[in-house]
Amino acid sequence: MSPTPNATARDAEQAVLRIDNVVKSFGETEVLRGISLNVKHHEVVALIGGSGSGKSTLLRCINLLEQVDDGQIFLDNRELTDPRIKQDEVRTHIGIVFQQFNLFPHMSVADNVALASRHVFKKSKAEAREEAHRLLERIGLGEKADEFPDRLSGGQQQRAAIARAIATNPRILLLDEVTSALDPELVGEVLDLVRELKQAGVTIVMATHEMDFARDVADRVAFLDDGIILEEGPAKQVLSKPREARTREYLTRFHASR
Amino acid sequence: MPTRAHPCLSSSILTLVSNDREARRPSPIELERRAFRRQQNTRSVIISLVSTVIFAVILWLAVVNSPGWAQVQNSFFNWDTIVQAFPRVAEGLWLNIRVLFYATIGVAVVSLIIATVRTLRGPVFFPLRALAAGYTDLFRGMPLIIVLYLVGFGIPGLNLFGRMPLEFWGTLALITTYSAYVAEVFRAGIESVHPSQRLAARSLGLSYSKTLRLVVMPQAIRKVTPALMNDFIAMQKDVGLISVLGAVDAVRAAQIETAAAFNFSPYVLAGLLFVLLSLPMIRLSDWYTARLRKREQMGALV
Ligand SMILES: Nc1ncnc2c1ncn2[C@@H]1O[C@H](COP(=O)(O)OP(=O)(O)OP(=O)(O)O)[C@@H](O)[C@H]1O
Ligand SMILES: [Mg+2]
Repeated sequence: MSPTPNATARDAEQAVLRIDNVVKSFGETEVLRGISLNVKHHEVVALIGGSGSGKSTLLRCINLLEQVDDGQIFLDNRELTDPRIKQDEVRTHIGIVFQQFNLFPHMSVADNVALASRHVFKKSKAEAREEAHRLLERIGLGEKADEFPDRLSGGQQQRAAIARAIATNPRILLLDEVTSALDPELVGEVLDLVRELKQAGVTIVMATHEMDFARDVADRVAFLDDGIILEEGPAKQVLSKPREARTREYLTRFHASR
Repeated sequence: MPTRAHPCLSSSILTLVSNDREARRPSPIELERRAFRRQQNTRSVIISLVSTVIFAVILWLAVVNSPGWAQVQNSFFNWDTIVQAFPRVAEGLWLNIRVLFYATIGVAVVSLIIATVRTLRGPVFFPLRALAAGYTDLFRGMPLIIVLYLVGFGIPGLNLFGRMPLEFWGTLALITTYSAYVAEVFRAGIESVHPSQRLAARSLGLSYSKTLRLVVMPQAIRKVTPALMNDFIAMQKDVGLISVLGAVDAVRAAQIETAAAFNFSPYVLAGLLFVLLSLPMIRLSDWYTARLRKREQMGALV
């Protein structure tokens, strides 16, 4: 499946997110050495790769939590990496959920979810709360809306964190190994929620170690290795019949270790 | 925790459940343990009570039978003098309370600003950060009484403002000194909030200042509340030092009364009034700290 140059250009045109030759180093180590990736509307892209391959770094660059050293990132054809852009405004269009649930411990779950609506989008307190309750209800956390985060199980906390990230209808949702800090029996509920989001048409880029889940939910998989995307393609192809030897090796090692 | 038996529950689970119920009635061993603990407790209480009483009685006898007791009793615990001095000392205390009120507000504002400035990142803010750091270093090291003299007698000399009452300068000196301490407490609190919390807030599109106000500060303040209460209690008694400027507060009033009556009892009165003033806060702070501890180490025996 090698798209013609014309098709590539059209893809880029339609892409919600366009990453073009992004470079990022921390001191001496070059973590990203020229990453390019397009993500279309309603598409779910999984980033896989060994520990330290730069998956988290890439996601944080997209959300402008890290500053790229070179290359460009576009969201709806607007360049995010332009230093003149309003970063806070950009971040309101990009939701991100981290591996460790970063709910705010001093507010109720509903207030966590309503925070951005209220203080960034300036909705009234009542309206933001109402929205938060409705969203939590929809993902099965209605009863927990008024609890504080520490009273929730890990899986519930992570679902609440996802709810908070999508509460303001971002253009794209970034998930950074949202299940790897969870006990095995709690992983399922979080993955189910991600599956539902995909069905609802949310555009998602997720770093994950859950290969079965990636195969099931992702439209495309990108394998990061040594700072570049070594292989990229439809989920089933990359995960079942990888072209590159390195990808095969990684997947074999991954399955062997389970 | 099964509350209702499901039809297909195996009998072994049912026995387990009923065993569970059984276990809730204490076994003879547990009953014996409890009796022993109760007995131990009673013994400890009696021992500490008796030793306290004995110690108090010895101390009392020693003081009362000392050769100078009659003299000391008369000049420090003279009831008539205390009654006579009460109105003026109480009026003075009212001034202390007002000073305390404004100083608390001032300290809260100034220390929050300084703490925030000290946690600003980036080279742009270096001069501000350095200034704030210099401020805290200077005023944490300088004795309050010297700050009182400098502010109370120095600044009025500049003739920048009109004539201000003495207590105004006293309040200013208290704010200057205590803000340096409290800023450090706040700073420790701000830095104890995990960086991932800032990250999470910024990723929602919250600005730097909103992140600070809505996410970092509330958590920081919660963490340092016991330390803040402690500083407040310290300041509560240090307001008595504004008397060195000549402001007629409780201490100054007691001094005047003492001079008039040739008797030190008004000082004792003022001291007791300060203790009374601080008691509610001390109790509140103990209660709050205990509550925090209970929450954080649930179930811990030690
Ligand atoms: N703030 C930082 N400062 C210095 N080095 C960093 C920083 N963040 C990440 N790195 C380094 O960058 C490399 C990539 O890290 P990253 O977290 O992106 O990997 P990852 O693919 O997400 O790994 P994992 O699967 O373990 O989460 C690692 O070698 C890491 O040590
Ligand atoms: Mg990572």
